[in-house]
Amino acid sequence: MEFGPIWRAMLRNKGGFLLIALQIAVTMTIMVNAIAIIQERSRNIARPSGLDEANTFTLVSVSIGEDMDNKSLIDEDLDLLRGMPGVLNATASNSMPLLQSGWSEGLTLEPGEGKSDSSSALYFADEHTADTFALNFVEGANFEPNQVEWRNHEVNDWPPFVIVSRALAEDLFPDETGSYVGKTFYIDDDNPVNIIGVVERMQAAWQGWSGLERSMLVPQRQDWNFTRYIVRTEPGYREELMPEIEDMLVKSNPDRIIQSVRSMDEVRKLAYLGDAAMIRILTFIVALLTVITGLGIVGLASFNVSRRTRQIGIRRALGATRPAIVRHFMVENLLVSVIGIGVGGILAVALNMFMVEAFALEPLAWYVIPAAMSVLLIVGQLAVAGPARKASNVTPAIATRSV
Amino acid sequence: MFTYYLKLGLLSIRANPALSSLMVAAVAIGIGACMTIVTVRHVMSDNPIAHKNDVLYHVQVDNWNPADPYQDPDLPPEQMAYIDAKALYDADRAFRQTTSYKTSRIIQPDGDDARPFTLDVRATTADFFPMFDVPFAYGAGWDRASDRNEERVAVLSWELNEQLYGGEDPVGQMLTVNGEPYRIAGVLDEWTPVPKFYDLNNNPYGAPEQLYLPFSLAVANNFNRSGNTSCWKPVEDGGPEAFLASECIWIQMWIELRDASEKQDYMRFLDAYVEEQKLLGRFPRPLNNRLHTPEEWLEYQEVVDDTVGILLSLAVLFLVVCLLNTIGLLLAKVMRRAKDISLRRALGASKSTLFAQYIIEAGMIGAAGGLLGIVMTWLGLRGIEQLFIEYDFIEHLVRMDWSMVLLAVALAVLSALAAALYPTWRACNITPASQLRIQ
Repeated sequence: MEFGPIWRAMLRNKGGFLLIALQIAVTMTIMVNAIAIIQERSRNIARPSGLDEANTFTLVSVSIGEDMDNKSLIDEDLDLLRGMPGVLNATASNSMPLLQSGWSEGLTLEPGEGKSDSSSALYFADEHTADTFALNFVEGANFEPNQVEWRNHEVNDWPPFVIVSRALAEDLFPDETGSYVGKTFYIDDDNPVNIIGVVERMQAAWQGWSGLERSMLVPQRQDWNFTRYIVRTEPGYREELMPEIEDMLVKSNPDRIIQSVRSMDEVRKLAYLGDAAMIRILTFIVALLTVITGLGIVGLASFNVSRRTRQIGIRRALGATRPAIVRHFMVENLLVSVIGIGVGGILAVALNMFMVEAFALEPLAWYVIPAAMSVLLIVGQLAVAGPARKASNVTPAIATRSV
Repeated sequence: MFTYYLKLGLLSIRANPALSSLMVAAVAIGIGACMTIVTVRHVMSDNPIAHKNDVLYHVQVDNWNPADPYQDPDLPPEQMAYIDAKALYDADRAFRQTTSYKTSRIIQPDGDDARPFTLDVRATTADFFPMFDVPFAYGAGWDRASDRNEERVAVLSWELNEQLYGGEDPVGQMLTVNGEPYRIAGVLDEWTPVPKFYDLNNNPYGAPEQLYLPFSLAVANNFNRSGNTSCWKPVEDGGPEAFLASECIWIQMWIELRDASEKQDYMRFLDAYVEEQKLLGRFPRPLNNRLHTPEEWLEYQEVVDDTVGILLSLAVLFLVVCLLNTIGLLLAKVMRRAKDISLRRALGASKSTLFAQYIIEAGMIGAAGGLLGIVMTWLGLRGIEQLFIEYDFIEHLVRMDWSMVLLAVALAVLSALAAALYPTWRACNITPASQLRIQ
């Protein structure tokens, strides 16, 4: 291959080639970092909440009168919900995974006003909650109906036992290798609680929280004029049941409002709106950038071809074959691209280090760099192919013409 | 001469339509990407109460856990406990002062078949309205006497008034809130501070509350707290009274002070208050009182999401790519005209004439790119609006104002000129007659 002569020819027009190399380098910097962020956000979105999301929905009941008997209202509502054909189970709670508003508590391993050892999202629950949330017990068992009590505003009591997510158990007792069931921790400084069950996965309400996987079920029911119901239906029945159930509850008691009827898909979509938008914006940017860089290469190569028409004609007249002319431009582009992606690799890592530092992103996966390099090499070769073919069509006779 | 160069520039641009449009498009797309993010950032990091920035202060006292600061490194809580909010408000040591929190209520519209609905409510005090220059369409806010007497008075947002009374003046009428009648004192004009500076704890980029009710009434009647509540110490048994006496934080307090000496006095008063409370066994942490202006408070709370910063750095690099692209193309264009240039130089054209000619040509590409860039920015903002369509406040975050339009044009022309410098310089340095040898 004629690397030497081509390289020396390029040095005669350093500015133009340097610009293309730089453009490829910056394109690669953006591409690599955008892909790293897209990967991180996609992983976030893919985390399962633990619920049977396809068949779950939620709605809220707000009592209008201050003197409403909320306890019997909740019991009546739950009876109606659980008795509805197509409903697998239903529960009342304060919140649910990914809802973005909820209750969290700092937890300690010793009683007293100390620094928290862990923190957790908290869902008030009854014996139906685990089934409604489709939780998978890794050890221990669900609450018995007689373990569930009402929680009122006068007293801040905590029950003696809870069900925790495995992530919470591991965070509280990092050295434990055996069973978590029976272990004790403290809530609100000095209220001891025992773990009676551990579930594989149950996310907290806030998708952006570092403790997303830490949560627990507390066997209490809130006597409160604001109640959230979570309903799990048999597969395929949710869409049909949502309006029916809303209608049924509205009619069952006029002294309250039914609002915020949302499928779990909508809850998830709202929670990850920002991440999903970021992925689409960055994908768009990367695509656009590749096109612009590709077109830039096409434009410059065309210019070079038309500027060097005479030289090409002379080479052809001196015996260069058409493939040799095509090869000249392809190799030229290859050399520029290699410089570009080389510099780009360094810039990409530098920008990634800056972003990891400034915005607490995860460092990028190593394979993104060679992948981006290959893509840019291929785009460059494709972009230059057209002008190169045009160059090879220059007839040797051009050489005899004096412009 | 200028118009002649404009004409020449146009001719040259038209001679290479594909290439010229590629250059214009590259500038436009680069500007569009950059300005879309800059505009969103501009809106999100705005200080909507900038004109009162030197007199308003957010108040913080540190009643937190002695073993564990509210936030590292040793920062006081962002909100206030009721005991402190009440004591500081009752002391009445500032020119104006307001304590407020977010709650929700149920409205029963008049009419038999109208269904009740819940809405977000701000429980606040009389000074809230004059302090924050809240504009009124009808009536006015309530006075301090209404706060003292826990009167049932209400101020409606513009939107709520549209919904309930079709935009007519409802002042003096009664509104049914959770079954109780409230006298309507006033209706706000359209008021959408972005970010919602007076309460950054509960979604700074959400809509302001639609109904304003007296803080004293809300506390006395135990209205729910729908914003953030944080506690480090368990609440004693005994219902709402015990909660009010607790160290739980849930209230936002702002004061207005007219000058530096008032600020000094207030700071001294605040320190004395905390020292006094320490004697009673509260405030176990070191003295850590803070007064922040709205601007400082927005910065302290870091309301602008990191995502915007990430996108901005990528968008700036994106613009750099588009400019490198344009520089390369302009350079190629100049080099192809090397013969003309060298001929013109041989015939006596000075470097500065050539410089003027090519910079004007580049400026035209820049201006076209800038104008198209504004369209691109508008499209970019619409795209972002579509991505967040489920978030109903998004329309207030993707607004373009004139300052952004001007910035877009300026950035485009500057970019194009910067892009043109190197190619033009190369053009000017083509020696006379150097290219004419073979002719």
